[in-house]
Amino acid sequence: MSTEEFSTRKYLRDISLPFCPGCGNFTIINCFLRAVHELGYEDLRNFVFCSGIGCASWIPSPHFEADTIHTTHGRSVPVATGLKLVRPELNVVVFGGDGDLVGIGLGHLIHAARRNLDITVIMVNNMIYGMTGGQVAPTTPFKATTTTTPYGSFEHPLDATRLAVAAGASYVARWTTFHRKQMKEAIKDGLKMKGFAFIEAVSQCPTAFGRRVGLKTMKDMLTWLKENSVPRDEAKKMTESELVGKIVVGEFARRRLPTLTENIREVIGGVTKGVKTS
Amino acid sequence: MTKQKSSSTHFWQGNEACAEGAIIAGCKFFAGYPITPASEVAEHLALELPKHGGTVIQMEDEIASLGAVIGASWAGAKAMTATSGPGFSLMQESIGYAFMTETPCVIVNIQRAGPSTGQATKCGQGDVMQARWGTHGDYASIVLSPNSVQEMFELTIRAFNLAEEYRTPVVLLADEIVAHMRENITTPHSDEIAIVNRKKPKPEDDAFFGVKEIPPMPVVGEGFNVSVTGSTHNEYGYRFTADPKVHQTLVKRLVGKVTNNRDKIADFECHSIDSCEVGVVSYGCTSRALYELIDLGEKERTKIGFIRLKTLWPFPETIIQKMAQTAETIFVPELNLRQIFYEVKRAVEGAATVVPINRIGGGEMITPEEIKTEIKRGMKRVH
Repeated sequence: MSTEEFSTRKYLRDISLPFCPGCGNFTIINCFLRAVHELGYEDLRNFVFCSGIGCASWIPSPHFEADTIHTTHGRSVPVATGLKLVRPELNVVVFGGDGDLVGIGLGHLIHAARRNLDITVIMVNNMIYGMTGGQVAPTTPFKATTTTTPYGSFEHPLDATRLAVAAGASYVARWTTFHRKQMKEAIKDGLKMKGFAFIEAVSQCPTAFGRRVGLKTMKDMLTWLKENSVPRDEAKKMTESELVGKIVVGEFARRRLPTLTENIREVIGGVTKGVKTS
Repeated sequence: MTKQKSSSTHFWQGNEACAEGAIIAGCKFFAGYPITPASEVAEHLALELPKHGGTVIQMEDEIASLGAVIGASWAGAKAMTATSGPGFSLMQESIGYAFMTETPCVIVNIQRAGPSTGQATKCGQGDVMQARWGTHGDYASIVLSPNSVQEMFELTIRAFNLAEEYRTPVVLLADEIVAHMRENITTPHSDEIAIVNRKKPKPEDDAFFGVKEIPPMPVVGEGFNVSVTGSTHNEYGYRFTADPKVHQTLVKRLVGKVTNNRDKIADFECHSIDSCEVGVVSYGCTSRALYELIDLGEKERTKIGFIRLKTLWPFPETIIQKMAQTAETIFVPELNLRQIFYEVKRAVEGAATVVPINRIGGGEMITPEEIKTEIKRGMKRVH
């Protein structure tokens, strides 16, 4: 535990944040930096942040006082893979939206989880392509109105959390921006755990999502997130049809599995033994 | 190949020579995806690179491969991927990203017959213009063209050196024939091979994306707090997505790094280009026929000169213009439907007649006899 008092300022560059009023990204920044603070990091020197394209990708880049790599759309996880394999001692953290990580970049997420790459991925799920003005996303609820589904979405959303569990992630949790304490604790757990950690942060976008589905303000959206959330234990007692449209929150996986780096060491460590690496 | 104290001879396949060249150049990271006719590069490195402290990973696709290479490069490793046409197409967005973020890396493209899946096992030279213009926006590329197993080794090393020197992605644009054939090659004493490493910043440096033509490149995790972005950025890496001046300063410098150093980068082999009456310009596997033309000139009492391009981009216009001062006709044989032909034509500005010789499909080469026939026919037209 850090002895200093918490202030987001010591981790942030002196640049104003670009997010709309009421955006969930403010909450997620607070949760993340508070988690980092409580884990005892005085600065972000041991971290490298990777992000793609979309509002959530602006969380670390360029705002965190750290090494930040803002990649092309959907490719933050592959870039993080190269970083982590060459510098396994660094904490590699990926921030991205639902479009970035489970739309265009979905394949990479699954494979990184399968490899159990030792990184932490924080997926901000606002259920919409916010930066481009509110187009339907792979996470948009069924029948929700968006700019590209003016009559309502006719597709069912992807459950990224359950997918990450199935793909082999070591740590998986989902919380909403209403559950700030739990989200902060999940981020701490994700950072502490060895292996692939996936944290889905269900978030509000009143600007590009809420106002088209009758949830015009941040308060409306947070109330909606709160009322739609079901703790994992309760969800286990519910039927599939009862769970349609609900957000199941909680911890979904916590298992110590060998990481990619550990597996490389185990399988071909004998070949590399004694070789100078630089 | 470990560090060797004397020169030695090997009987290698082109792709093996490429992999060995990468190791000598200091490559410590390879990410790739299986594709004919490039897979042997990955296979050979998977076997050998760990012995040199490097990492090889097979990614889920070519987009991820170049992404991982870019991450590895920012982590401080010399990094490479190898692919062929379809994979090269998938990598184009990330090539632009590597160019914009000044990320040194090597992309090997073993050309096969396209477009699309085309003839996957057969040779082609159809990616020449894609290698120059494949990503969106204004940019300049460095593209090397080996024509032998020896050059698969040498130009792979040069590709790494250029990437490190100019802080930019470099493409080794080989072809199926050069990549799959086996030849004797000589590798020199390790001390005789020049290896270039990127300039690192001093502790007080903070401009990693400008001020100098080629700014120093920090490694992540060393406290520089570097902000890397594919968006238009100033010299400190901060986004300026509306200011025309910031965009102009950045993109013109990035393009200038390559075009201002054209003479240092562009490399070629010349034969009798002073006072030649007939000229031939070729590259890659097709250029192997050029050596057969040397005797033809004597027989036909015509001075035949040739230029064999070892660098396709930046295009070495000056040497082509020199040839056009005396040559009335310049032939351009290539395994595509005219690509470098247009570049030669543009360079000579009407000073010589430029005649294309093209062939595609089935991996069939343009034979020396066919070039000779074209030259004889062309000579009749001229006289």
